[in-house]
Amino acid sequence: MATHTETISDEPASKLRWLEDWVAGWGAAAIQCVVSVGDITLFTFRTFAWMFTRWPRREAVLANFNQVGVLSLPVVAVTGTFIGMVLAVQSYSQFKMLGMESRLGAVINMTLIRELGPVLAATMLAGRVGSAMAAELGTMRVTEQIDALDIMGANPIHYLVAPRFLACLLLIPTLTIMADFMGVFGGYFYSVTILGIDRHHFWYNSQQFVGHWDLFSGVFKSFFFGAVIGMVGCYRGFNCSPGAEGVGRAATASFVYSFVLILFLDLVLNILIETAHNSLWPDANPVF
Amino acid sequence: MENTNEPEQQEEGENTPLVRVSHLHIDFSRQRVLSDINLSVARGETVAVIGESGCGKTVLLKSMIGLLPPTSGSVEFDGQDLRQLKEREMANQRTRIGFVFQQAALFDSMTVGQNVAFPLRQHRSLSPHEMKQLVLARLAEVGLPDSIIFKKPAELSGGMRKRVGLARALILSPELMLYDEPTTGLDPIMSDVINQLIMRTRQRDHVTSVVVTHDMRTARTVADRVVMLYPYSRLRPGESQILFDGPPDAIDQCDDRRVRQFVDGQAGDRLMEMRELSET
Repeated sequence: MATHTETISDEPASKLRWLEDWVAGWGAAAIQCVVSVGDITLFTFRTFAWMFTRWPRREAVLANFNQVGVLSLPVVAVTGTFIGMVLAVQSYSQFKMLGMESRLGAVINMTLIRELGPVLAATMLAGRVGSAMAAELGTMRVTEQIDALDIMGANPIHYLVAPRFLACLLLIPTLTIMADFMGVFGGYFYSVTILGIDRHHFWYNSQQFVGHWDLFSGVFKSFFFGAVIGMVGCYRGFNCSPGAEGVGRAATASFVYSFVLILFLDLVLNILIETAHNSLWPDANPVF
Repeated sequence: MENTNEPEQQEEGENTPLVRVSHLHIDFSRQRVLSDINLSVARGETVAVIGESGCGKTVLLKSMIGLLPPTSGSVEFDGQDLRQLKEREMANQRTRIGFVFQQAALFDSMTVGQNVAFPLRQHRSLSPHEMKQLVLARLAEVGLPDSIIFKKPAELSGGMRKRVGLARALILSPELMLYDEPTTGLDPIMSDVINQLIMRTRQRDHVTSVVVTHDMRTARTVADRVVMLYPYSRLRPGESQILFDGPPDAIDQCDDRRVRQFVDGQAGDRLMEMRELSET
């Protein structure tokens, strides 16, 4: 009995079938890549459109601010503290060999505020917040709760994505400042209490070398990191494949994509910030 | 002249089907799920869409509310092509449609009361007291006590979740009710309760209903008309995907072997295929 096949069109058999398959595979991957980029761009535009045309509900905003901001505080504080302490441990021996251990405060705080604080806080939050969002929205997709919202006239992007994105955009920079602060504290504590660095020199050198621009560049980058974490987490959750496996994949993919994008953005933004700095203050001396 | 036409137009409006699906094709990626489906649902009618798992019943149901856009063809609700509607118009039309999901799709971050009140919050300006009264009334109609409103969906049994989903779908007094496998996963008694609720809803509110099910007992109990879909991938070339469209009593006299096998619950061709597969 002749029946329809699973696919709409049948591909003709050919001796060069493997080549066709190879080309088709790459073509499909390229198309999928373009489609995904277009899809996430549209998703981002729709999120911004909803954020500017109709403010998300207060309860939804507060719940997400609590989830992203308040509940992340302890883990960000602990991470920040340990980064500062590890930096002190790693830098001390090298600086001691050069007889510059009194400058430990400068190197710890500069590295923390410009680079490690924002990037490591964002990485940690991509795991804690981004993956949780992807898993939560993915479960809602799989259990048809997102369809239910749509059917009941509540736009899922306005209802679910906009408050989450807003929470990431505004609170991840705040958490970064917190991570910086705790890192400075951790570095100070280890350097002064354990390594015996003079307290006055620690702070004096920090003040000499760490400026407003460094703090600005770290916090400026964290806005982009926050946006990436929120958008990727929500997008992966919204486009979750069926089943528990799909939810797991969405959560993992959310972290992996966010992490790669954070590192990529870090490079691009550092280049831009350096260029801007050199244009604004061409005569500024290098740090060390 | 205009006045004399008005009653005719009104009558014409009442005679037009509430849902009209025309030449509907739906593909997922390269896989065709629905092919050239034509189906009309008259006002007040209850249509059961039956068919084996994977034949596209739920896809058809979701296309009727605009959740799945057609690859080609059209779906009209009350004379309006859903594809032509803007987002806000679509949201307004959807307030006229209730949808009961297979797994109830209750929001697990909310209580039962908040779940049932959700459509009211979105579309009506009511005081908290009025809202609560409406929620309790709808819950009572589906046989659930007042005390349930503070519970979370995770604390409920499958049958209770289905009934909460039904109460939520009914809260805006819709004109069209779409049921996706309303009795799947329930015990026979709870299945009958749900069937009776579907019938009671129809009789009391004169609601038009489309019930997707593979439970023949549900189809025979609630429907005026049964439509049987067959998986596109298994169709013979040129065949319609709708194998049967008629009253429930007539399905037993249907000549098509595939329809009889489904109605009688016989594995038939599937068993042969399984044997062939295991041999290869």
